[in-house]
Amino acid sequence: MLRYSLKRLISLVLSLAVASLVIFAVIEVAPGDPATFMLGLNAQPDTVAALRTELGLDLPTVERYLAWVGGMVTGDFGTSYTYRTPVAGMIMDRMWVSLPLALYALTLSTLIAFPAGIYAAARRGKPGDAVVMGATQLGVAVPNFWFAMMLVLIFAINLRWFGAGGFAGWDKGLWVGLHSLTLPAIALALPQAAILARVMRSALLDILGEDFMRTARAKGLSRRQALWRHAVRNAMIPVLTIIGLQFSFLLAGSIIIEQVFYLPGLGRLVFQAISARDLIVVESVVMLLVFAVIAVNFLVDLAYALVDPRLRQRT
Amino acid sequence: MNLLEITDLSLHIGAFKILDRVSLCVAPGEIVAVTGESGSGKSMTALAVMQLLPEQMQATGHIMLEGRDLLSQSEAAMCATRGREIGMVFQEPMTALNPVKTIGDQVMETILIHKAMDPTAARARAIDVLNRVGLPQDRFPLSRYPHELSGGQRQRVVIAMAIALRPKLLIADEPTTALDVTTQAQILDLLKGLVADSGMGLLMITHDLAVVSDLADRIVVMRQGEVVEQGETRQLFAQMKHPYTRALFEASGHQVALPAPPPAVPLLEVRNAVRDYTLPRRHLFREPGHYRAVNEVSFTLNRGERLGLVGESGCGKSTLTRAILGLEPLQSGEILMGGAPVFTGQRPNLEVRRRMQVVFQDPFGSFNPRHRVERLITEPFHLLDDPPRSAARRTAIGDALSAVGLRPEDASKFIHEFSGGQRQRIAIARALIIRPDLILFDEAVSALDVSVRAQILDLLADLCRAYDLSYLFISHDLSVVRTVTDRVLVMQAGEIVEQGETERVFADPQHDYTKTLIAAAPRLPELGAA
Repeated sequence: MLRYSLKRLISLVLSLAVASLVIFAVIEVAPGDPATFMLGLNAQPDTVAALRTELGLDLPTVERYLAWVGGMVTGDFGTSYTYRTPVAGMIMDRMWVSLPLALYALTLSTLIAFPAGIYAAARRGKPGDAVVMGATQLGVAVPNFWFAMMLVLIFAINLRWFGAGGFAGWDKGLWVGLHSLTLPAIALALPQAAILARVMRSALLDILGEDFMRTARAKGLSRRQALWRHAVRNAMIPVLTIIGLQFSFLLAGSIIIEQVFYLPGLGRLVFQAISARDLIVVESVVMLLVFAVIAVNFLVDLAYALVDPRLRQRT
Repeated sequence: MNLLEITDLSLHIGAFKILDRVSLCVAPGEIVAVTGESGSGKSMTALAVMQLLPEQMQATGHIMLEGRDLLSQSEAAMCATRGREIGMVFQEPMTALNPVKTIGDQVMETILIHKAMDPTAARARAIDVLNRVGLPQDRFPLSRYPHELSGGQRQRVVIAMAIALRPKLLIADEPTTALDVTTQAQILDLLKGLVADSGMGLLMITHDLAVVSDLADRIVVMRQGEVVEQGETRQLFAQMKHPYTRALFEASGHQVALPAPPPAVPLLEVRNAVRDYTLPRRHLFREPGHYRAVNEVSFTLNRGERLGLVGESGCGKSTLTRAILGLEPLQSGEILMGGAPVFTGQRPNLEVRRRMQVVFQDPFGSFNPRHRVERLITEPFHLLDDPPRSAARRTAIGDALSAVGLRPEDASKFIHEFSGGQRQRIAIARALIIRPDLILFDEAVSALDVSVRAQILDLLADLCRAYDLSYLFISHDLSVVRTVTDRVLVMQAGEIVEQGETERVFADPQHDYTKTLIAAAPRLPELGAA
């Protein structure tokens, strides 16, 4: 297990190194000089040159790459071209919204999907299965912003249980913060839950046909006992894969939901940065997201090994 | 009173009849074997006793366990009966255990699910039964996972689970079919010992008459859902009242007459062949280890000769087969076909490859279900520079199908329209169609019922007469190898430990391993000896 974890960790570091190279190279190739862009079209050439020196843009490529990577490792992401503030701080502020939102949505989606998937698999072909599958079909088909609008209409405007948008911040307490993230989290979670429930169901159905399920029944386990004790854990590998993918998606892909609810999240930051050609912000956020995806994959790999003893040995 | 008494058990799916008034019984301490070919309903009878039938099936009749009718029991009562009063062992030990739970947990589960003992006592009992089935704690602690055990060891775990609560009845459905002969002998011994120790009744399902004749007190012969004959083992073999029993017996020991081989001219020469597999790297900076699957193997197969290759699973038979087909490189040594190497550079040598064909074990998995027979059997034409076209192609297809006992019209059918035996005939037709010099039969009759197997063996003998076939017949089934080969190689742990004339090797084995193999193979009783 230790060797397995170490190997996964080495592969994580290597993936990050490769990703940073690719991102840096793409930004290098992209047209537009940040100094010219910052100073505007009418800037004097010597002013531009001075700013280039100040930003370190005149250094050789290798040195700039190393400085960029070194900065990120120490928490210095550089300065935003448009806002003239440290990128690290900007990202950090947004992270405090996006990360909890993603985790919240993922928790909800898992809490909905597991029971739904297991219920449907246990009642394969019966009315209960059909109802759950119909509901997940809808969940996959309907876009999440529509859910978001419906939620606002029902729970914010009519029932007035929640605010219609905006983020209250964490300084007024955990509960207030979570409360203002609830509707967006539900809107994000529903389509994800629908996908996850379908994956859970089909993974379970595969396992239910296995020989060892029959062995379990021959020992005297009831259908339900056999399902819970023998099938669920074996069905976890595909489910964990999907959960990992969904987390990465939720972290950066919630831009529409952030717009609907006026949330100051990462998605909106990237959107604004791209519109303003603020390349250093784009670069940093992309790198951060790559890091998040790779880190989540690492955790999923570890979870695989916890679930399946056969993977622990394969070094 | 009998322990288990099945009377007039019938099973239907809709209007389709699966079992028709099956009656049989098992007394305490008795071993009753149910035998028959696939589709005879023997496994369904076993599953009916467990009430683990597929949902759509309807059962009528009576299955009495100590006077209680299992068919009228509630599902909850059945859950309490399964595992506690009836234990069951299945055919496929590789998949019968949950891969993510330790063997200790799985054996203890039988005990704990019935709330028969507290966890400490259950643990002690689990250790006890694992010990009884030959898995002592010092070598097989409870914390082992199934993937750390061999097939035979896994089957022991399954047996331990089934007998953990000392059930009155044990049902074993083909418990040794997937195992090697020596392992099979050990498992059969174990089952026999368990019955003798505990007075448990054993209902054993098997297609192998030779296994049955050694083990069972009584035999039930089934065909197409009906019991055709049953009786005390010796008596049944002595009398064989029903023609089907006789046919089954004859097919099991079926002998073919091969024509005499032509004078020895070497066709395939294997010289000091070595095949290593690289093991996963244990340490980043050290050389990875190697596993030698084939070690310094040398033999010659002459033109027109029928050569057998026997050995247990993992002995390197399949690796050697792949090397002969030129699918994998050798690490040293050479394999020559008619003097030319089978593997050149990085790929099979096409010149040689077109002179060899192979027939595999699984008649169901080795065909693309979306192609018609004509396309399936003409696949080897890819190997030819100038494959026959239009009329010549049709003639070739017709000839190949006729040669294996099918009709030329079958060419336009799909593979699902054929039975297992017919599919194996098609596989042979596919091999024959380019008139290869050598055919490799890799366990080609192992998946077939005995009567079908007998027909395929006859077909091989006919083809030998018609085409001067040379083949390498790879099998774990000694009785089959004995009848269809002139010479035999015995392989153990990557090496050929003995080779010689088939009859000579079987009658007077020299190497210890050959002796063990032959002794472990179950034998049919001599007719009239009883």
